[in-house]
Amino acid sequence: MATANSSAYIERYADVASLLCGQNVTWLQQQRADALLRLTEHGFPAIRDEDWRYTNVSVLDKQYFAPAQKSASAVITADWLKAYQLVDAWSLVLVDGYFSAELSMLVDLPEGVTVVSLAEALQDAQYATVLEGKINGAVSQDENGFVAFNGAYFVGGVLIHVPAKLQVSKPIQVLHIATQELTAINTRSVIVADELSELQLIETFVGLECAYLSVAVTEVFVGQNANVTLHKVQVESEKAIHFGGTYVKQARDARFRHDNFALGAVLARSDVHTDLDHASECELNGLYLGVKRQHIDNHTRINHLKPHGISRQLYKGVLDDRARGVFQGRVVVAEDAQKTDSQMNNRNLLLSSDAEADTKPQLEIYADDVKCAHGVTVGQLDEKSIFYLQSRCVDEETARNMLTFAFANEMVDKVKIKSLHDLILGQVLTRFPQEGINKEWL
Amino acid sequence: MLSIKNLHVSVGDKPILKGINLEIKPGEIHAIMGPNGSGKSTLSHILSGKSGYTVTEGSATYQGKDLLEMPPEIRAREGVFLAFQYPVEIPGVSNVYLLKAALNSIRKHHGQSEVDAMDFLTLVKGKVRLLEMDEKFLYRAVNEGFSGGEKKRNEILQMAILEPKLCILDETDSGLDIDALKIVSEGVNSLRSPDRSFVMVTHYQRLLDYIKPDFVHVLANGQIVKSGGAELALELEEKGYSWLEDAEASA
Repeated sequence: MATANSSAYIERYADVASLLCGQNVTWLQQQRADALLRLTEHGFPAIRDEDWRYTNVSVLDKQYFAPAQKSASAVITADWLKAYQLVDAWSLVLVDGYFSAELSMLVDLPEGVTVVSLAEALQDAQYATVLEGKINGAVSQDENGFVAFNGAYFVGGVLIHVPAKLQVSKPIQVLHIATQELTAINTRSVIVADELSELQLIETFVGLECAYLSVAVTEVFVGQNANVTLHKVQVESEKAIHFGGTYVKQARDARFRHDNFALGAVLARSDVHTDLDHASECELNGLYLGVKRQHIDNHTRINHLKPHGISRQLYKGVLDDRARGVFQGRVVVAEDAQKTDSQMNNRNLLLSSDAEADTKPQLEIYADDVKCAHGVTVGQLDEKSIFYLQSRCVDEETARNMLTFAFANEMVDKVKIKSLHDLILGQVLTRFPQEGINKEWL
Repeated sequence: MLSIKNLHVSVGDKPILKGINLEIKPGEIHAIMGPNGSGKSTLSHILSGKSGYTVTEGSATYQGKDLLEMPPEIRAREGVFLAFQYPVEIPGVSNVYLLKAALNSIRKHHGQSEVDAMDFLTLVKGKVRLLEMDEKFLYRAVNEGFSGGEKKRNEILQMAILEPKLCILDETDSGLDIDALKIVSEGVNSLRSPDRSFVMVTHYQRLLDYIKPDFVHVLANGQIVKSGGAELALELEEKGYSWLEDAEASA
């Protein structure tokens, strides 16, 4: 049964169908019809769903977000864009979900590398073989109501394909920009890295100061022995709602790393799911910072399907004011996945008595020869450390800021792309009191 | 420099220090010795401003100012330095960052401008060599993953750079092997000057073989039960503390 909040999107679907990409692609139309059916059946998730027990999406009952139309006016200034568009990367820009050729920087892409808007890819026969089976290939429309919603409604997105044995020399950024008040923006991204290739990718989600609903589903296919790093930087407008899912299929010996910076939006949920084949490795890192009344939910699932897989997870949360952070991490080790080596860690720092952290690590192990560990902490700043800094001339407030910053900075420092590192550092510093933290010394 | 008068300190309802009197003049080195539980660490904590202690009576005056009224960071900026028995690990804050923040806080406190970046590095690297430390330590997180000896050396490095007036060394010799003890002691000795005083809190006499005190005080049950010159430490080494505690009990 559709929940009240999803029914508006089902009833009005016919009105917006003309906005969607790939209208003449029969299989896609079939998938969209299927997605709408799933949305009708399940609706948006409710807190009675175990995976959504900490995140209440009933705000969607109160507010209908009309699917965004292509914006006619160039409301984005070069100066504004400069703050988010990386200089040392190729970038594809989506404005309200629609590809913007004029804002994108895609010149001199290496031979054979595809970075193209999904709408264009669906119209062009040359991409048909790469795309085949990829949309809804890494995620099922049954996964949750937002995936189904996205499957029915996505207006655009990106297709990135790296052919075998190619190491892409610079990172590729997909920059999602929201510009319109009270709109829903649905995008779908398909990333395909063929065997032995290497790719560094950045997904940036940002918006003008308005309220909107951003739903982004990314499907990643990491080929045999390929190596993909995906940085997600979610710095949506502080009135925005963000639902993002990254679904990954790793082939044998494939490596995948995801760095998840969840800093923006008033309500944000991020899912990262990956399936590991024989001896493949994944590293999932996350940093979520919540202030005011932000609610930031992070959900990971690692499926060890075959032997000798390695997974590492470290998610850190800093929560101030009345913010609430959630980490739900689930590692499933299949019966066949012997010699799996898995570690999951979640550390939370609460800066106010009204802040809340909910953490739920889950291990489901069906194999008998594995090494799996998990650890969780929820705490405050260490008083001993504060006194130590005070005894070294640092006043208490600065000491607290230094320790808070240091806690978060561990995750920022993992980012090795200079311009991206600086962008994230800047975003972290604007979100927390940095009085006394001298930027020049960092 | 420091004048402690009839100082009584409690933790909760439990009295720990029961009337300490101590006069420390510029340039002097005082050793505070005593058995476990005598209140030695409480004394160094109360002087450096650690919370959790209640002063019930008495005073501590530092350079004419009420020391006990000052927050810990003001004491530090005024020149009081505590070398910790157990230096705290601060992941994510580099040694060099903390040193610079501390030094600039002191300079600001005294109305001076921030230290020049080049001058700072020259200063720091000089002190690093003095303490036979690896320069890499500067860029590591404060005390994180340091051995016991490295942590103590790091404390002395901070002291050498911040140039305090009153240095309180809390069990600096604990956890040090003989080589590290020599290096740390040489570091301390190099900082001796006519306008800098030291309070060394120690259980054992062996630190005093390397840093010669002007005065030795024995603390037992929250009071100074005996004071003397450097030779008192040797006597304690020979006889232990029990004869003093016995003498006090029978008195």
